[in-house]
Amino acid sequence: MKTEKPVNEMKTVFPSCSANESFARAAAAAFLAQLDPTLEELNDVRTAVSEAVTNCIVHGYRDTIGQVTLILRFYEDRRVSVTVRDRGCGIPDVPLAMEPLYTTGGAERAGLGFAVMESCMDKLRVSSRPGKGTTVTMEKRLSRRITHGG
Amino acid sequence: MGVRLQMRQGELIAFLEGEIDHHAAREAREEIDAAASRVKPHTLTLDFSNVTFMDSSGVGLILGRYRLVSGWGGEVCVANLPPQLERLVSLAGIRELCTVVSPEEDRS
Repeated sequence: MKTEKPVNEMKTVFPSCSANESFARAAAAAFLAQLDPTLEELNDVRTAVSEAVTNCIVHGYRDTIGQVTLILRFYEDRRVSVTVRDRGCGIPDVPLAMEPLYTTGGAERAGLGFAVMESCMDKLRVSSRPGKGTTVTMEKRLSRRITHGG
Repeated sequence: MGVRLQMRQGELIAFLEGEIDHHAAREAREEIDAAASRVKPHTLTLDFSNVTFMDSSGVGLILGRYRLVSGWGGEVCVANLPPQLERLVSLAGIRELCTVVSPEEDRS
């Protein structure tokens, strides 16, 4: 495991009601503002956070309300790590759940959550235990902005 | 998130606005489906010009409406998709099911 210390980190814990999907995106975007990301990078992270948090709400805590934890960290080399954790039902077969178009969420779910997370971020890791919950860890390295003047 | 509905010669147009996530998609879906089920349009156009954010819930919204409208032989048209949503729509293969109309010409 990496022992590297992050330059900065944030953690927020909130109940799994769907109104908090936009809160989680906004919190992540506000925290990352200090890195001055490009609009595209910011949109990628917001999209990935939105997908991961929606999974906790729709699947992890299907018909109940539980706690969702969102942690963001960034490092010296502008790597951003995002962790989204629930203590919900867990995923019995992670590789199957990660297959594009696979969903247990019904007709209104596209089954693209993990595929979108993968396309938005550089790395995606999902660890889950049935009955214990799911942790999604993602990483993305932001580009170096060229600063003018100063 | 808001949705404004307009009927034009048998076409129902839903102007979507703001951020489409799982929470917002549910509200938009209820409004669109209530109107669409009543008028059974030959075309349901989902206009994305004023959508500022969308995750895969927006894809679910499109696919769900496609299923509904197909029930009476209608079709779904996806209009004015902002560039940042293009990748998501490609990922989902929506072009195989719906007509995707490019953003309006730059009027500036």
